[in-house]
Amino acid sequence: MFDRDLWREIFQSIQKNKLRSILSGFTISFAILIFTLLFGIANGLQNTFESFFVKDASNAIFIRTGKTSKPYKGNQTGKRIQLANEDFDFLKIKNEAKIEHASGRIFKNFNVAYKSNRNNYNIRAVHPAHQFIEKSLMTRGRYINLADLQNTRKVAVIGKMVSDDLFQNKPAVGKYIQMQGIAFQIVGVFEEASDDNENRMIYIPINTAQSIYEKNDEINEINLTYNPSMNYEEALDFGYLLKKQLQQRLTVAPTDQRAIRIQNNAEGKKGIDQMMFVIGILILFIGFGTLIAGIVGISNIMIYIVKERTKELGIRKVLGASPRAIVSLILLEAISITSLAGYLGIFIGMGALNFIDDKLEAYFIKDPHVDTPLLIAAVIVLIVAGCIAGYMPAKRASKIKPIVALRAE
Amino acid sequence: MIALQKLHKSYPIGKGFLHVLKGLDLHVQEGEFISIMGSSGSGKSTLLNILGLLDTHDEGTYELNKQKIENLDEKKGAKWRNELIGFVFQSFNLIAYKTALENVAMPLFYRGTPKKERLRIALQYLDKVGLKDWAQHLPNELSGGQKQRVAIARALVTQPKIVLADEPTGALDSNTSSAIMTLLKEIHNDGMTVVVITHEEDIAAQTERIVRLKDGVITSDEKTAQPKITT
Repeated sequence: MFDRDLWREIFQSIQKNKLRSILSGFTISFAILIFTLLFGIANGLQNTFESFFVKDASNAIFIRTGKTSKPYKGNQTGKRIQLANEDFDFLKIKNEAKIEHASGRIFKNFNVAYKSNRNNYNIRAVHPAHQFIEKSLMTRGRYINLADLQNTRKVAVIGKMVSDDLFQNKPAVGKYIQMQGIAFQIVGVFEEASDDNENRMIYIPINTAQSIYEKNDEINEINLTYNPSMNYEEALDFGYLLKKQLQQRLTVAPTDQRAIRIQNNAEGKKGIDQMMFVIGILILFIGFGTLIAGIVGISNIMIYIVKERTKELGIRKVLGASPRAIVSLILLEAISITSLAGYLGIFIGMGALNFIDDKLEAYFIKDPHVDTPLLIAAVIVLIVAGCIAGYMPAKRASKIKPIVALRAE
Repeated sequence: MIALQKLHKSYPIGKGFLHVLKGLDLHVQEGEFISIMGSSGSGKSTLLNILGLLDTHDEGTYELNKQKIENLDEKKGAKWRNELIGFVFQSFNLIAYKTALENVAMPLFYRGTPKKERLRIALQYLDKVGLKDWAQHLPNELSGGQKQRVAIARALVTQPKIVLADEPTGALDSNTSSAIMTLLKEIHNDGMTVVVITHEEDIAAQTERIVRLKDGVITSDEKTAQPKITT
């Protein structure tokens, strides 16, 4: 099979029968090209969908409070339920294994000034873990850390647009901004590609806000992400469990829907997962469809090639070619053409996808790409299909009586 | 060289059988120049196929080069064809995309001869048929007579025991025909056993022995008054 002479024979046959070779090669290249493009574009669509839905971590749970809507254990309707540091610690300790990250939130809106530049911004006072819940990407400096909390430091992390507003192009990290008359040092700048509201946000340590502005230990909202190893059902149950724990702790009726509200992103996640699943099936369908079209194409061509070569094969047999030599001649030629053409198809397809890149983002196609192993697998499938399709007629041709083959014109 | 005894061959046709060869007895000595004549349907093509190991017989015995031919499978057939027999066909049967030289070298490829050696031997035989200067030409650049010469060179390149020529002049004009027959005669004079299958009297007359075939039996077998050419 790895006889140099045989390969020379095959390459001569490919070279000297250009039309035939190009025809079969074209089918393969085209099938792989279409396969690559469709798969890439489908992947691009999926990327777009993903980026729509994952502004926040998809495993986030938000806990908010309000006034009670039902009387319970001597408390009248309309009692304000307020979260505090102890409640946060209580939930964290009680559900340690199930919580990935957790942070409290206090909301403020201040007039913020740097030198003569001033503007109103939303302020969030948070724990360090908030960075991972909101998926804030640091472009300069650092996020709020544990030491800031322990020392009640007056530090701030600002969004990209805040930085642009107040500092224009100058570096912001290390500078001091005035918030409600109190100076905060900027320690970091973050950016969120998909959410401009976030980019207008300023973050400060939660207990700094409590001690300077609130003079109490209250928290507006608790925000956490559950352990991603939990499945959908477990995540929903965890949401209900949190609610129950807080209802007991804060003396709220179990049926009260208003006093303690849980927003569980797991609920939405199921919908997204289903959509992704549908897109995935679509991709598979497209991929297999193209492959099957390619298989049919290469099969037809192989049958045609063997038929065209019947006479030549007859001559070869008369001159002493064994049936095995005939079959390997046909198959190795098919494999050579298919591999070469497949490679060419991948090459062009990848080139096209690289060229498209993010140019079609307006059409919801973002970063289209196909994994190389998948493409190689597709080429192998086509090669195998070509071999099977070529083997039958080649086998038949090798069995045909040479004298019959020679008579065929 | 060739010994046939009570050779029978029939082909299935529909539900019945067509009995083509009905008990042939034929002996060909080494170095003979013999023609087998017959009109179409006489069974001469079938006989050629059996002689050329392209088909198997049903009954009787066939000995080629003192070897009994039986239980011939495809692989053995291919090997023996390559070693024992050189074929010349009416329609030349050259491979269109290969040069004259490559066509001649083809049988040696299936014998496993290295490329250089193969081409060297092939060129020798092309020279022998007077086409050394045409070695790099493709078949469609050659005349009919030249093509047949290439085919003859190809038949000889493996130094076979017999050359089987099936209507070798059937596609050629009379001048070229006689040139080809002269070439076959020369090959015969070198000691080769040559069997020509033909339906043309004047072609058969140029051989040394004529076997006539009709309806699957031999009707006559006689030597011609052919003076042996000595060179």
